Amino acid sequence: MLISSAAYFIGRRKALQSVQGDVRQLHSLPGHYGWFSAMTSLLPGMIIILAWIIFGPVIIDNMTLASLAGLEGGEKIQSLSDFDRAIYLNDIHNLAVGDATSRPVTESLTFAAQYYQRAQQDIFWIFSLSAVAISALAATLGIRKISPTMRSRNILERLILSGLALCSLLAVLTTVGIVSSLIFETLRFLDHVSLADFLLGLKWSPQTALRADQVGSSGAFGVIPLFAGTLLITFIALVFAVPVGLLSAIYMTEFASRGARAVFKPLLELLAGIPTVVYGFFAALVVAPFIRTSGDFLGLEIASESALAAGLVMGVMIIPLMSSLSDDVISAVPQSLRDASYGLGATKTETILNVIIPSALPGIVSAFLLAASRAIGETMIVVMAAGMAANLTANPLEAVTTVTVQIVALLTGDQEFNSAKTLSAFALGLALFTITLILNFIALKVVRKYQEQYD
Amino acid sequence: MENTSKAMIKARNVNVYYDDNHAIKNVDLDISSGTVTALIGPSGCGKSTFLRCINRMNDSIPSCRITGSITLDGQDIYDKTIDVVQLRARVGMVFQKPNPFPKSIYDNVAYGPRIHGFARNSAELDEIVFTSLQKSGLWDEVKDRLDTSGTALSGGQQQRLCIARTIAVNPEVILMDEPCSALDPIATAIIEELIEELRSRFAIVIVTHSMQQAARVSQKTAFFYLGEILEFGDTSEIFTNPKVEKTKDYITGRYG
Ligand SMILES: Nc1ncnc2c1ncn2[C@@H]1O[C@H](COP(=O)(O)OP(=O)(O)OP(=O)(O)O)[C@@H](O)[C@H]1O
Ligand SMILES: [Mg+2]
Repeated sequence: MLISSAAYFIGRRKALQSVQGDVRQLHSLPGHYGWFSAMTSLLPGMIIILAWIIFGPVIIDNMTLASLAGLEGGEKIQSLSDFDRAIYLNDIHNLAVGDATSRPVTESLTFAAQYYQRAQQDIFWIFSLSAVAISALAATLGIRKISPTMRSRNILERLILSGLALCSLLAVLTTVGIVSSLIFETLRFLDHVSLADFLLGLKWSPQTALRADQVGSSGAFGVIPLFAGTLLITFIALVFAVPVGLLSAIYMTEFASRGARAVFKPLLELLAGIPTVVYGFFAALVVAPFIRTSGDFLGLEIASESALAAGLVMGVMIIPLMSSLSDDVISAVPQSLRDASYGLGATKTETILNVIIPSALPGIVSAFLLAASRAIGETMIVVMAAGMAANLTANPLEAVTTVTVQIVALLTGDQEFNSAKTLSAFALGLALFTITLILNFIALKVVRKYQEQYD
Repeated sequence: MENTSKAMIKARNVNVYYDDNHAIKNVDLDISSGTVTALIGPSGCGKSTFLRCINRMNDSIPSCRITGSITLDGQDIYDKTIDVVQLRARVGMVFQKPNPFPKSIYDNVAYGPRIHGFARNSAELDEIVFTSLQKSGLWDEVKDRLDTSGTALSGGQQQRLCIARTIAVNPEVILMDEPCSALDPIATAIIEELIEELRSRFAIVIVTHSMQQAARVSQKTAFFYLGEILEFGDTSEIFTNPKVEKTKDYITGRYG
């Protein structure tokens, strides 16, 4: 870093000197030359540091193991399975930092730990020194190349371009990685359970037997009750949130005075900033009991965890999303259209109903779809308010469960990684991901079509 | 000039501000029924602003502030008891920029009659749409595609669609802000004919940058300059014998 900034100034000065301070003779600005030298030194250094982070530990481990080979009992280590060797290494690491080990501390283990520590320090120094040296070398090379005619601006542009491309590549690769691991694990899950059973099964009880001879050892992995629960809660949330969000957006854009807008808008946005856990216990501790007592009052039997409570609170959660998206699309309706309508003697309501909403409709639809996909993916509220029971019901007063809740349930606690139970979480995740992806895709399509309208 | 004495709209001492921008300064103007009044003047001098004051379209601009009085048939249109909706049904406006609704051509024209309940049945509505489009000279071009979107028309067609939309409401005063700016000579002639025809029953105010057009269609002309009316009088008088030097420079093309 230091070397790079030094290189910046040296490169800049040299460029200036080479033309006796006459900037116009340079092909690029002096700063470009400075940046060029800085980059030439920074990049090799960075590559070395990166290499150290990735390969350093492996090298050290191998060196440590190799050093043990000289000791008595060393051959034993070579003959260990991969898994046992990893455990052994882990013990070495632990001992080196003074943690507890899983086996009695033997002489060879102590030796290895000490060796490990030393190797770590040595390698660290080797790498940092070489990084510094190479940076300096690269910097001198870079600086030497500077001349008035050098097109450092173009080189720099290309560097920046590749930096940007690298970042986007990283984002894409992460997505691809996540999706492919989902797909891969799902395929493994489908070894245990057939696709038809998964997609069409009406029963969800993901218990697999610990021993193969247990009764009822095969669980049921029918996904329909989960999606039914998801849809029920999403439906309740949307029925509540869409009208409220839309109407409040209309109020904000068409009726609210500037002062009222200045107060209401931040308040609504504050609602979007509340963590969903908070909504969750609000749902579980306030809304659900309230619904229950009012249900008792009306003579209805209501479970203490109900789809209604979760749906309502989820509705509250997506109101800000709905209203701010609708607000955006309604504000995007050109003022000239409102003028046209008012100019013909239309009232405010007529203008809103006949001109503004039809013009903004595609945008409102996509806001709706985005809100829906948000609701489908929501977990916390449902965990706390809707319960875990996989009931296949359309009754909003009963406890239901959703896809996301089951994923949480499947992966919390000690799990055997290969069991159908754990793997089914990946399958659920993939199914959920596909649905929200489709919703988002449709929403984007609609928005794009809408944007073309006013060109 | 049959009844120019009977002023329908009287503007007195009108001032308009956009925040600190004093856009209209002490304007007095009489607009009479049966007359076409032309507003001319260099760009940015406040013609559109003044026009928008007459049917209170400036209400929707938060920064806009208006003082003075404008009366329609003796009633102050800025009075609190005035129903703006009714006012705008009586005083129609064709905007400077064509602004058709993203609806079908038919629905664009039918919009006004529908909200005011002019037509008792669909045949009557068809009739209103037909005559409005006919008068604005658009009928022949669109009669086969009344259900296509109004926004898909060309600029000049949109302009005539907006004129048709305005006259379909049958207003008593029509404010036209450069209604022919995007029209070819033939379409312009049709609109000028329409203006002449409408004049017999209505008051018309037209903003135009074409001196020939002002001379052709109007009986009264007001010359706006930097927010003030420098000269107002009979069109024939202003174009042949302007009293103010600036007016003369402007109409002979020496302004600038
Ligand atoms: N919505 C608005 N907000 C703020 N200022 C405005 C607004 N509309 C017009 N103005 C200002 O008012 C003044 C007069 O504008 P106006 O549109 O009335 O001019 P105009 O005479 O119609 O010009 P043109 O012939 O170019 O249409 C200008 O200085 C303009 O900047
Ligand atoms: Mg104008």
